[in-house]
Amino acid sequence: MAEVVIRAEHLSKRYALGQREGYRLLRDAITDAAARPFARLRNLFSSTNGNGIVAGQGDDTIWALNDVSFEIKRGEIVGIIGPNGAGKSTLLKILSRITKPTRGYVEIEGRVGSLLEVGTGFHAELSGRDNIYLNAAILGMRKLEVARKFDEIVSFAEIEKFIDTPVKRYSSGMYVRLAFAVAAHLETEILVVDEVLAVGDAQFQKKCLSKLRQVGTEGRTILFVSHNMAAVRGICETGFQLNQGRIIGSGEINEVIDRYLAQVITRNFVEVETPSFVLNNVSIEPLNADVIKTFETMEIRVALTAKRDIGDPGMYVGILTAENTRVAGLDFKDFASVPPIKAGEPFEMGFVIDELPLLGGTYQVEIHVKDMAKHKIERVANLFQFEVAETSVYGGRKLDAWFGSVGLKATPIKELPAALSDEAVRHRTALVP
Amino acid sequence: MTAVNSQSKSSLPSLRIEPATRWPSIDLRELWEYRELLYFLTWRDIKVRYKQTVLGATWAIIQPVFMMVVFSLFFGKLAKVPSDGVPYPVFAFCALLPWQLFAHAVGESSNSLVGNQQLITKVYFPRLVIPLSAVISGLVDFLVALIVLIGLILWYGILPGWKMVTLPGFILFAMCTALAVGLWLSALSVKYRDVRYVIAFLVQFWLFITPVAYASSIVPEKWRAIYALNPMAGVVEGFRWALLGKSSSLGSMLWVSLFVVLVTLLGGLYYFRRMEHEFADIV
Repeated sequence: MAEVVIRAEHLSKRYALGQREGYRLLRDAITDAAARPFARLRNLFSSTNGNGIVAGQGDDTIWALNDVSFEIKRGEIVGIIGPNGAGKSTLLKILSRITKPTRGYVEIEGRVGSLLEVGTGFHAELSGRDNIYLNAAILGMRKLEVARKFDEIVSFAEIEKFIDTPVKRYSSGMYVRLAFAVAAHLETEILVVDEVLAVGDAQFQKKCLSKLRQVGTEGRTILFVSHNMAAVRGICETGFQLNQGRIIGSGEINEVIDRYLAQVITRNFVEVETPSFVLNNVSIEPLNADVIKTFETMEIRVALTAKRDIGDPGMYVGILTAENTRVAGLDFKDFASVPPIKAGEPFEMGFVIDELPLLGGTYQVEIHVKDMAKHKIERVANLFQFEVAETSVYGGRKLDAWFGSVGLKATPIKELPAALSDEAVRHRTALVP
Repeated sequence: MTAVNSQSKSSLPSLRIEPATRWPSIDLRELWEYRELLYFLTWRDIKVRYKQTVLGATWAIIQPVFMMVVFSLFFGKLAKVPSDGVPYPVFAFCALLPWQLFAHAVGESSNSLVGNQQLITKVYFPRLVIPLSAVISGLVDFLVALIVLIGLILWYGILPGWKMVTLPGFILFAMCTALAVGLWLSALSVKYRDVRYVIAFLVQFWLFITPVAYASSIVPEKWRAIYALNPMAGVVEGFRWALLGKSSSLGSMLWVSLFVVLVTLLGGLYYFRRMEHEFADIV
């Protein structure tokens, strides 16, 4: 029934290295231009140094997207996932016409609204009202359309009282709410959304997600990029995974995400040092599955080498949310003691955590290594990320910010008047229709 | 249901995104579709300009008036620069207004792309909107100062007469000149930030080769066509002709200036369109 609204064929985008970060000075261009003939001359005369002098086209480029082809049907809600630098943002930029592909093409049916950032073009000196009109015009909305939806936008942002205050006086929360509210009322047939939910408080994120979900039910096509896997699962139906500019997997969103997370876990680990220890490896892995899931078993294992003799080794492991709120902490000495360790000796400490109570999302592990004999506690500078895949908790419903980050194994209690006992209710509902 | 579907399908704009071509079209139709954005960006520039200033829009008057006073004192009174028989203050002020419109517009539009990189890297729209709105937003300051100029003209008892109706044409002429320069410089500045430093120097230099403090009649007749290669010479003399009714040397100069502007403007438009697709990547 649904026809294809986005068709990308062999889409590729090449960047010159350093191109995105900087600009050239005219001086460089001039000296380059001046040097080039000499370089050519030198090449001509020197047989030993025939290549490499004429700088430019060769190796200093990177393919941010490399031969990407896909089709998206009307009404599909597609999640695009992948590590940083995989080409997600480049793809969205091409789809929203901000940049052009180097090769290949995309055919699009319908208007594309791009939401790559909240509050693009907001001006701090202007009032909320003015910024709504300005931002809407930038996003491609007509003035009449904005006027019609104005009240709706203001009430969605919950800033009725401050609508005529310059936005520079807004709290950051109000600012983000207003910005999202404008964008959420875009009525293009295709919506391209990049990581905009990384801002705002939990309650507002929830509101944004449900707005996006609602947009999805209106038969509009959405492309959604986020590192927040719970959000992607919550909104999208299908998805694809990008890696180094190529699509390396696509299909039903939960499958794509699970596969991706399984790869992320075995990421390269770079050694970290503290004054007394070297951390050779930190592994955070599921024990009996491919991905870490709520109420399943997980293992945190830290491989260490002592830099000097440690009289009484110890370790603390903390689990934080992506927003750095501490959810839990474990101190090794509460579980077991470790004999003294000699300098240069490798050893491992860690925990097996049964029935992990964390709900789906991104978490971070904080590690302190200790020598209790010397009363030394050394905090490891890095935090170690891991993802908990969203599993069917609470009957498999979609979980959002209202459910917090901890899953509880709860059983309901109800003590009802006799007339409303389970038996009676079943009887009554059977009679009603 | 199916009828509705097919109808909505046919009304949907379809689009093909392809690699940049070497020879793009100028495509002013698309620019027209984005006229509301042009309006809002201009409106933003105007609304923000004098926020949190004590004197507000008075600044639009203070600047040219002070320049006029200094010019009148040093060039008019002390150096006794001839002013085509018009009182020197009004002679200078009449030229300072289009000059400031131009200088301001060149500065603003040349820096506009870099100043709006936030927009360029996050949203699509025809990039021409940005330098264009920068040029147009200077018009408000100009119109405020124009009231002072008209007051000054009447004070000196000069009656401009019918020629005054040509004034909008000369205003447009000044803006086109600024846009022509602004298009080149803004597109260049995306890649080469040197442009920022060039502008201050360029504008200062340009002031001296433009007949603001002096009349172009001091340039020998045979050199005037060459002198008019500076289109601002045509603009300024045009203003004097339209408002003061006197200009010793407009005639042929105007055509040369118009021609130069047309060529630069079309070239600028084309260069801008050609570089446009790279802006988001390198700005």
